[in-house]
Amino acid sequence: MKPRHKKMAVIALSVSALAVSVVLVLNAFQSNLVFFFSPSQVAAKEAPIGKSFRVGGLVEEGSLKRVGDGTTMKFAITDTAEVIKVVYTGILPDLFKEGKGVVAQGKIADDGVFYADEVLAKHDENYMPPEAAAALEQAAKAQKTSFTQ
Amino acid sequence: MTINWFKYASPASFYFLAGRMVPYFATLAIIFLVVGLYIGFFVAPTDFQQGEAYRIIFIHVPAAWMSMFLYVIMAFWAGVGLAFNTRLSSMVASAIAPTGAMFAFLALWTGAWWGKPMWGTWWVWDARLTSELILFFLYIGFMSLQAAIDDPKRADKAGAVIALVGVVNVPIIYFSVQWWNTLHQGASVSLVQSPKMATAMLSGMLIMTLAAWMYSIVMILTRTRLIILERERHTAWVSELKEGVLE
Repeated sequence: MKPRHKKMAVIALSVSALAVSVVLVLNAFQSNLVFFFSPSQVAAKEAPIGKSFRVGGLVEEGSLKRVGDGTTMKFAITDTAEVIKVVYTGILPDLFKEGKGVVAQGKIADDGVFYADEVLAKHDENYMPPEAAAALEQAAKAQKTSFTQ
Repeated sequence: MTINWFKYASPASFYFLAGRMVPYFATLAIIFLVVGLYIGFFVAPTDFQQGEAYRIIFIHVPAAWMSMFLYVIMAFWAGVGLAFNTRLSSMVASAIAPTGAMFAFLALWTGAWWGKPMWGTWWVWDARLTSELILFFLYIGFMSLQAAIDDPKRADKAGAVIALVGVVNVPIIYFSVQWWNTLHQGASVSLVQSPKMATAMLSGMLIMTLAAWMYSIVMILTRTRLIILERERHTAWVSELKEGVLE
């Protein structure tokens, strides 16, 4: 082995050893790297109940209601399996819509309602013009009706 | 005919070769930039959920890609320099860092500007954003470490260690949106799936990426030439260059 090959082997070895240790560390911190919990995880008591944490999912269709003062909102976050009721006072981001992604930060009270002090919109990776989106929606509706028939 | 590649590993011949290449890449950079921006602003349609705000992707995505890609290239050349003691490789690595840092900063900054109206926040500590911030700090760390050491040979070695250690961060950035729940959305474009974007949007983004590539090549070649001049200032060919003997 020439010295420079030896040197190269040492470099390759150290980088791979480092990569392995990083993988192990990230695995160990898996739960801390999660930005939000799904309603199912909350139902399974995997979320830190009693402390402030984030819940993420879709805003349930037809669940958004404004109460009293007009700045307090009630809605539900769902992952299609479990549902969490959320109460939030403040300004909602532009992309907040029923049926779209959302991440809310707050605490679960004893009554099982999630009191959020921050609501963020999470959108998906699809980019298309409105006409294409409308066409897709039409197609989905048509498919739904053909299934029920 | 075989090309003697080792000839261009000598800083002196690379200096002249790079000087001849710069104008071509600069021309390409300008062409791609003009075409890409035109498509981005006038051809690509409005997005169905984000409206006009999505147009940030024409800068944001190329910048984020370049910041990751340049880091890998920088680590590669720094590693080659460390293993084979080739001076030019280390100089190229040092020349890449500022451009990479600029792109990392641009990705973070445009992301924050877009995040406020779209997500409702400038910044969150999710895995994608945090790992990209670490990438920016790695670039800054590489540059400050090299700047802090006077002896170029030792500076190259120390920088190479940082560059190689930091390279594990790049796959973390890329896969963060798959491995963990993040606020940042998943990849719209990947090698294994068909793109989840309208064609006009995608072509604008890819042309802007080519522009970012060409710009990076121009900047890196130019900066490498400056580093060569600085480090070889005591050699005969640089003095000849100064006196106008060499062209």
